[in-house]
Amino acid sequence: MDVRVELRDIEKSFGPVKANAGISLDIPSGSIQGILGENGAGKSTLMKVLSGFIRPDSGRILLDGKAASIGSPADAIRAGVGMLHQDPLDFPPLRLVDDFVLGRPGGIGPERRSAAAELARLAGRFGFALDPEGYVDALTVGERQQLEILRLLWIGARVLILDEPTTGISLPQKEKLFATLRELASEGMTVLFVSHKLEDVEALCDRAAVLRQGCLAGEAEPPFSSEALVSLMFGKAVELAPKRRLEPGRSVLAAKGVCLESPRLRIQDLSLCVRSGEVIGLAGMEGSGQALFLGACAGLARPVAGSFCLEAEGLDMTGRSHLDYKRAGVAYLPAARLEQALVPGLTLGEHFTLAEGGRGLFVDRKAAAKLAEERIAAYNIKGRPESRIEELSGGNQQRALLALLTSPLSLILVEHPTRGLDIESTIYIWGKLKERCAAGSSIVFISSDLDEILQYSDRVLVFFAGRASPPLDAASLDVERLGGLIGGKGWDEIEGKAGRA
Amino acid sequence: MTGDVLIVNLAGLLASAAPLIFAVIGETISERAGVINLSMNGMILLSAMGSFSVALATGSLAAGFLAGAAIGALVALVVAAAGISLRQSQVAVGFVLALLCRDLSYFLGNPVMGQVGPRLPPAPIPLLAGLPVAGPLLFRQDLMTYLSLLLVAGAWLFLFKTRPGLVLRGIGEKPEAAYARGARVKALRYLYTVLGGAIAGLAGPIYSLSVKAGWKGSISGLDGLGWIVLSITIFGGWKPFRAAFGCYLFALLQWLGLVLQPLLPGLPSQVLQVAPFPLMILTLLLVNLGKAEWVERSLATLPGPARRRLSRVLRALNATPPAALGTPFEED
Amino acid sequence: MRKERLAKLLFGIGALALALGISTLVLLAAKAPPLAAYANIALGALGSWDVAANVLVSWVPLVLATSGLLVTFTAGLWNIGIEGQITLGAIFATWALRALQGAALPPALAIGLAFAAGMAGGALWALLTGALRTFGGVNEIFGGLGLNFVSTALNIWLIFGPWKRPGVASMSGTVPFDKSLWLPTLAPGSRLAPASLALALAGIALVFVLLRGSYFGLRLKAVGRNPRAALLLGIPAERYLLAAFLGCGLLAGLAGAVQVTAVYHRLIPSISSGYGYLGLMVAMLASNQAPLAALVALFFAALNVGSIRLPIVLKLDSSLAGVLQGSLVLFFLLGQGARQRLLERKRGGRP
Ligand SMILES: Nc1ncnc2c1ncn2[C@@H]1O[C@H](COP(=O)(O)OP(=O)(O)O)[C@@H](O)[C@H]1O
Ligand SMILES: [Mg+2]
Repeated sequence: MDVRVELRDIEKSFGPVKANAGISLDIPSGSIQGILGENGAGKSTLMKVLSGFIRPDSGRILLDGKAASIGSPADAIRAGVGMLHQDPLDFPPLRLVDDFVLGRPGGIGPERRSAAAELARLAGRFGFALDPEGYVDALTVGERQQLEILRLLWIGARVLILDEPTTGISLPQKEKLFATLRELASEGMTVLFVSHKLEDVEALCDRAAVLRQGCLAGEAEPPFSSEALVSLMFGKAVELAPKRRLEPGRSVLAAKGVCLESPRLRIQDLSLCVRSGEVIGLAGMEGSGQALFLGACAGLARPVAGSFCLEAEGLDMTGRSHLDYKRAGVAYLPAARLEQALVPGLTLGEHFTLAEGGRGLFVDRKAAAKLAEERIAAYNIKGRPESRIEELSGGNQQRALLALLTSPLSLILVEHPTRGLDIESTIYIWGKLKERCAAGSSIVFISSDLDEILQYSDRVLVFFAGRASPPLDAASLDVERLGGLIGGKGWDEIEGKAGRA
Repeated sequence: MTGDVLIVNLAGLLASAAPLIFAVIGETISERAGVINLSMNGMILLSAMGSFSVALATGSLAAGFLAGAAIGALVALVVAAAGISLRQSQVAVGFVLALLCRDLSYFLGNPVMGQVGPRLPPAPIPLLAGLPVAGPLLFRQDLMTYLSLLLVAGAWLFLFKTRPGLVLRGIGEKPEAAYARGARVKALRYLYTVLGGAIAGLAGPIYSLSVKAGWKGSISGLDGLGWIVLSITIFGGWKPFRAAFGCYLFALLQWLGLVLQPLLPGLPSQVLQVAPFPLMILTLLLVNLGKAEWVERSLATLPGPARRRLSRVLRALNATPPAALGTPFEED
Repeated sequence: MRKERLAKLLFGIGALALALGISTLVLLAAKAPPLAAYANIALGALGSWDVAANVLVSWVPLVLATSGLLVTFTAGLWNIGIEGQITLGAIFATWALRALQGAALPPALAIGLAFAAGMAGGALWALLTGALRTFGGVNEIFGGLGLNFVSTALNIWLIFGPWKRPGVASMSGTVPFDKSLWLPTLAPGSRLAPASLALALAGIALVFVLLRGSYFGLRLKAVGRNPRAALLLGIPAERYLLAAFLGCGLLAGLAGAVQVTAVYHRLIPSISSGYGYLGLMVAMLASNQAPLAALVALFFAALNVGSIRLPIVLKLDSSLAGVLQGSLVLFFLLGQGARQRLLERKRGGRP
């Protein structure tokens, strides 16, 4: 079953962006190849080319030395190339077994029974707990990955691509994933493991290729040198700003005994007091309740019990609408920037005009243009006042989103502040957020990147299946412990402590 | 009303719901694949007129029905080309087609207006037709009524119990995922839109060659039915049996309108005939209420058990459309 | 930029040519002489001052409906319920005039009140659709359609019931109002009232200015394109959606009132005359631009009026106008898609 993969001069552009600029790479069979690079380096694009999801502008793919014509995912599947996409490409409303069957060629009948048996067998082999009759949307990200990996094995993948599989899964799930991949590689599977996280590649891969700005920056073999990999990834060494603590001030948000319900989830009796200038990170696997809670802090979901007060006890906001919260100085920045926070079709300048609001019936064009120029300069946005918002890159959209925040604000709620952004933008965004803190705003944010949580928060709330931990001091946590907690390990200890305290 | 009369009326109900069922199932298939065919209202008129003209000219019922299906397929093909390949708003194109086809049917139908044409005969099934109750109710219908019953079951089987049906649901739910699994999304969307259009196109000849035989131009009483079809598709939650239930409900309401007419002499007949439309709004309200924000907000203020029970009821009524309905998908 | 505009114009002309091609085929299929048909339409629309004035008479409600629809389209709404809104406008205006007929009010005041009543009627019907959409989750297409049918039934019930002509109720409508309550026209016998023309121009101008440079227009645009983002930007999205319905309902109701006071001087069964649906097509063809919409509306009105000659002279159904209009919009949409695809291919990839 061993397949050797060779990529030759792969090129792919999206409009002006050269996502892959002539990449050649040889991957021997039966090994785990790491593909490392910061966000936007072109990793996903290269992998989608190999799996037929994207057609390259030019370049060739060789499998076992023979030219393979991969023009669609169907071709790739036939050639034995299977890919686990960065955003899970499965069907949330379906049962696991239906999702499992969908796309596998066969007769008219779906043969659900034999498929379910096969799913159970494969799951058993790798120690995954998956119920064939359950629904996909009830699974965690990690479980959805497991399902997808089993499906790819079942349809006969001999080359397995995993695009950023370690984002949003717990430590135990990650360990299980790595063990599975090692086992598959030892059986001759060719594994391509894509990540922007150094430590994952170092821990797992037999070899690493580093991409930078669409080009192959270099390759490395174990023992890996972190410094060498970092300099390949970024071209230069990057330095994170030193962690610095602000003295927390008065309370800006007090949540008391909050209970929240959604069709899948129940959060019981959550209390939290946010102080001005403080950064609180909400950790947990996707769908564990942190997003529900963050939305409720902005009036986007209504608690079924408990209360929210702003400005200490001064302002009871329970049950008020988002617009009331906004008026009281609470801003909410969702993760899906273009879908939820920005208006495609409107220009950057119009966004500023909208956000700033204004008196009178008609827009003062001159003042609006001036405002836009100022903000664009202040936030270093690559774009012009008349650029449509969807024409900006992800990093610039996120900058624009921060530039849209009004002043003063007491509380900024952010979902995944730096998801999909390159390191430079990440540092910039957090610099701006910290400026806000220094000016007295507090920040509550969600991230699935544990490093980000630990690097930037003062206190951390961990969510697991709707349960929330008491606020934990970030200094007392490390990646291991946090990774365990989001997977449900080590809760007795913190809850015991909280009980005693 | 005696039992016999009741059975005859119920049998008539089955027959008069048949065209709706074809149209609703056709639309359901198209929408399950992710394409809204909003042209239904004009398309049914055009296929009713076209199939009547063809049957009149050729003297062949079969040719008439084929023409109806062909017209439905053709109109759906325009929707598919505009929506799938040219990525225009399916609602815009469908709406324009709804008006265009209506005017086209009135213009081209002018010469055959009021003529007497062939009519689909009843086809009693030997032996079964003689059964008490079930005989007159079920087994003395015409061919298309039998087929309408089979169509509902067949569509359900196809959508939920076969492999191609699973893929069909997949391309309407999340086309990029279906594509990643090797499905040819665009080609399949074309296929199912045109197939759905052809099935829905049969509604036209069922009217003009059977249920409301003939062509009477703008007073055929068919204008508006296509819009009802689209709402029943929503009410049906994109599920064949629930959709068929909606069709029978509508046919029942129309029939009640006719029955009640003599009891209310002051009321013009047009008034009772529109009774189903406000009810349609009501049913749509019912199936959408669970999603409204204020409902969620007010639910949150209720005590626990009542809240949970009520939200469960609302969720059961809820009809969730295919997630990618109306959105184009680009294969690279 | 100029090249792009030129390309747009060329595609527009192409769409017109294709639409003419299709209707020619349709005419041939109906065994009718195409040239004679087109000549009759032209003659019917421009042949004399009288018919040209009639084109303007039908332009007025069409432009009023279209300007209302520009507002709802900006808010991302498919206000198909506009037909019902026009009908309700006509019903309310009729009700007001019937009520005021006996009172010794100056006619100008009575007519003004009738206009106000008509606008209120249209607004009421539009807000009903809007409430169904914002509070009940019923898509405005289906809510609006349902209410269209209800308004038709209401209209017919009034004409055949409470407001029927003494003697027999008939399809020709209610009793005409007193002559003093007719909107004054240019010449006796003409149906073109300068006041209604002025109202139409004012309506489209108002919408143009509002959508172009006001906060309201900008916010409405944001709500139309992304309601969720609009909410997060601090815009009460639901209120703006309702406001859009309200604006459109007011203008549609005015159109209905004009039909009653200036054109028919009574309530008739199909009082909306399909101007609402036609307005949707005008707005699509004009790509939501107010000045262009006024021109397109003029063209469509000319087709409508001109085609009235078809049944008289050639024994053809006047729905040929609808065929021409519909295929024009259809080819315009298809051409727009084709142009966008070509541009993409040239630029290499989607933006
Ligand atoms: N479908 C697309 N359309 C436009 N630009 C894209 C598309 N996919 C990727 N890009 C751009 O190509 C570059 C590489 O993206 P990607 O391959 O996703 O990077 P990575 O996976 O390494 O983070 C980025 O600048 C991204 O914005
Ligand atoms: Mg990626």
